[in-house]
Amino acid sequence: MRGVMIHPAWLRTTHWLNAVAVVILAMSGWRIYNAAPFFDFIIPSEITLGGWLGGAIQWHFAAMWLLAANGLVYLLCNAGTGRLLRKFFPLSPRAVITDLAAALRGRLSHEDLSHYNAVQRMAYLFIIIDAVLLVLSGLVLWKSVQFPVLRELMGGYEAARRVHFFAMAALVAFVIAHLAMVALVPRTLLAMIRGH
Amino acid sequence: MIKKTPRIASVDGDAVVKEALRRIDQPSRRLFLQRSLTLGGLSMLTGCAMVDDASVEVALMKVSRFNDKVQGWLFDPNQLAPTYPESMITRPFPFNAYYGEHEIREVDADTYRLEVTGMVADRHAWTLAELRTLPQTDQVTRHICVEGWSAIGKWGGVPFSTFLARVGADVTAKYVGFKCADDYYTSIDMATALHPQTLLTLTYDGQPLPARYGFPMKLRMPTKLGYKNPKHVQAIYVTNNYPGGYWEDQGYNWFGGS
Repeated sequence: MRGVMIHPAWLRTTHWLNAVAVVILAMSGWRIYNAAPFFDFIIPSEITLGGWLGGAIQWHFAAMWLLAANGLVYLLCNAGTGRLLRKFFPLSPRAVITDLAAALRGRLSHEDLSHYNAVQRMAYLFIIIDAVLLVLSGLVLWKSVQFPVLRELMGGYEAARRVHFFAMAALVAFVIAHLAMVALVPRTLLAMIRGH
Repeated sequence: MIKKTPRIASVDGDAVVKEALRRIDQPSRRLFLQRSLTLGGLSMLTGCAMVDDASVEVALMKVSRFNDKVQGWLFDPNQLAPTYPESMITRPFPFNAYYGEHEIREVDADTYRLEVTGMVADRHAWTLAELRTLPQTDQVTRHICVEGWSAIGKWGGVPFSTFLARVGADVTAKYVGFKCADDYYTSIDMATALHPQTLLTLTYDGQPLPARYGFPMKLRMPTKLGYKNPKHVQAIYVTNNYPGGYWEDQGYNWFGGS
């Protein structure tokens, strides 16, 4: 296995830049949510970024460019190199169920890290779509007048706030599961750093 | 100086950054930095104390000025904010200011004068009665606060473009600035000033603007966040020099548009 490239450099670069963007956006976003929470809870301020609303917005509206530009590079490289088709498809609900059952029994092989099992394929595709949804609902919150079609697709400005929040919650849930998987198979962390 | 594309305001980036650097020495900026940077989260992000306070501040300010430019570019002067039936008006419409409700300013209607200065032909000060003789319109639109919440209200008054034409404003200027009886101040780009829904507002829900919503006059823009909509306006000036704003100088984005 040693020396066989699992993740190309562009993938590792976009992965880690995305990780930085997501951490900044989530932590500053929680501070922004706290300014006008629409649920019965607020996020503990110790885990938020920005110090006050204005600072949080500055972080959020800076990191959004990193997320969007980096995400675009990732999607273009992924589609352009054929990796997207190769790695993520075919994907069937049956395969997901089979692999999920195997994973829960601890019988899913991680010998070949270059091969994504069906659960990984589904989870990674889901998070790509979720990130796109975060960007689009974020655009509506930022410029609701200038993007009327997008605004109406989200169900209006107020609905877009909820969409943005739940898409964030889904992303946080993904990150927790993702980190747990990395803890179970630590070789994957090495592969994402050095490529093999 | 008259630019070739005068309707889209652009900000002099270097001047703004210089201004930001100057302000870093002020106590409020220090407080802002302390509050920004005494965070476990940030030290986790940076790993070590390699980022000094001022450079983070300046970098974020630069991005915010860049975001002003992008928003000026995205702004479509003909794109209208959605309007709503009166049944959807939020009641009671929330009060919001940089101070509490017990500090709401009372402005005397009889002695009130609206100063108009800067790049305008007619610099006479307007009485409230004079403003009320101008053609009026009204709108039911959504007010969006920078905090995220929103509320629907009904505002009436003079289309601001009509007023600017009446005073002979140089509409090739970059900015329109506002000074208020509650010591608030802000400024907007000329493109937004001329937007058809930008209203020199004299009424709320069919009644003279109550003190809590900015008597005798507020500038209402459904294309901008709440803090860009000044209340108790007593001076308007047209200028090419970036005027900043009460919240903008503390770090809120200047364009602040929806």
